[in-house]
Amino acid sequence: MRLANKDLLGIRDLTIDEINLILDTAESFVEVSTREIKKVPTLRGKTIINLFFEASTRTRTSFEIAGKRLSADTLSISSTTSSIVKGETLIDTARNLEAMNPDMIVIRHSAAGAPHILARIIKQPIINAGDGAHEHPTQALLDLMTIRAKKGSVSGLKVAIVGDIAHSRVARSNIYSLIKMGAHVTVAGPATMIPRYIDRMGVTVCYRLEESIRDADIIMMLRIQTERQHENLFPSLQEYANYFCLNRDNIKLAKDDVLVMHPGPINRGVEISSDIADGPHSVILDQVTNGVAVRMALLYLMMGDK
Amino acid sequence: MGYKRTVMDSEGIDRSLNRIAYEILEENKGVEDMILVGIRTGGVFLAERLQKKITNMEGAEIPLGILDITLYRDDLVSTNRKPKLGKTDIPFSLDNKKVILVDDVLFTGRTIRAAMDALIDFGRPKLIQLAVLIDRGHRELPIRADFVGKDLPSSIWESVSVNLTEKTGRDEVVIEESEH
Repeated sequence: MRLANKDLLGIRDLTIDEINLILDTAESFVEVSTREIKKVPTLRGKTIINLFFEASTRTRTSFEIAGKRLSADTLSISSTTSSIVKGETLIDTARNLEAMNPDMIVIRHSAAGAPHILARIIKQPIINAGDGAHEHPTQALLDLMTIRAKKGSVSGLKVAIVGDIAHSRVARSNIYSLIKMGAHVTVAGPATMIPRYIDRMGVTVCYRLEESIRDADIIMMLRIQTERQHENLFPSLQEYANYFCLNRDNIKLAKDDVLVMHPGPINRGVEISSDIADGPHSVILDQVTNGVAVRMALLYLMMGDK
Repeated sequence: MGYKRTVMDSEGIDRSLNRIAYEILEENKGVEDMILVGIRTGGVFLAERLQKKITNMEGAEIPLGILDITLYRDDLVSTNRKPKLGKTDIPFSLDNKKVILVDDVLFTGRTIRAAMDALIDFGRPKLIQLAVLIDRGHRELPIRADFVGKDLPSSIWESVSVNLTEKTGRDEVVIEESEH
């Protein structure tokens, strides 16, 4: 039982068997977080560095909790409090951290490919916790786990991914994983947010929310990155909401037992209305719970490649 | 090709489990505060069978938990070939309970050490007793069983397998020469 690669850089590199191994293992880890003593001794004496060059609450906390529940020593470094502000390069930072003998490094970076650079120069396993608009593999795995837990299987499901597809690493990783596992994926968003040739990834493209969610089993809403508004990708948040906000009316187009997912943080009233985010179809908080289990599974499976 | 010998058949296994069930009741003077915990995977089926037998004898069902000891093993370090992790299911507190830990084969004792560490994470049992179908010797830790189906002196080069209907389709205990 092992993963072929030293690192987890993207869903693209994983086989179906590897994905199933990670999900099965994660399901067994769920129970640990429900115990009164939420800790097992498995990774005692191991050190995990979370290197976060971009803001994050969920992913960083989730990795940190996952490590601690396995008894590893975890520490988080964020760009604002590190030597990066003094002008140190990524490679120098990495080499210096490596000199302190960590057992694994988790990295988030605004540049696509940053984890790959680290993986080439550092002998310890690297986990990509999000690199630019490229991939966010652990998010896609926790999404698969959530779908599998609620629907039994991913194969054959109709999935709509709606929002800023062009800038979303969550969308990209989910497209890879869902298609590998046999789902039918439709992406939707304003034309300025749909990259050209995305259909080559095997997805159906449309430009209207209503069209994409018709008869859907799963709707994944992406966060509108308000910081991108100055790029003139959409006229105003209100206009975006008028066309692309999932609400109690348009959700009726989907299947009765549709699951609504969102990677967080949510902009209430922009891409998703409050009653849907908090409603019976929403599994947004299940995603967060499963995130800890998926990350525990990865730390367990990847640790110790010597 | 090495030899292969069946040392216990279906009836033998059943008789042993009957005796163990009686011994558990005798030793503990009934089923009060008793919990059975089977170690994955072989121990789980045996614990289920013991649970049925004890229920039939006493008319009261005792709770059954399932324990996967993988996360407590002492040999996980420095390999990334990891044993498959199974689900643990102990949905009750073990505080002040009499825990009967059940496994198929007692060998080095390392599995039982891991199991006891795991159990303590679920509370502070009043006591832990160990029931095994086969004790094949070669202990590496100071651990012994309270209830034993059969003492089976074996060479360290032999392998002992408890095959159960629930897993392999038939009940038997087999001893054979290891491949190396």
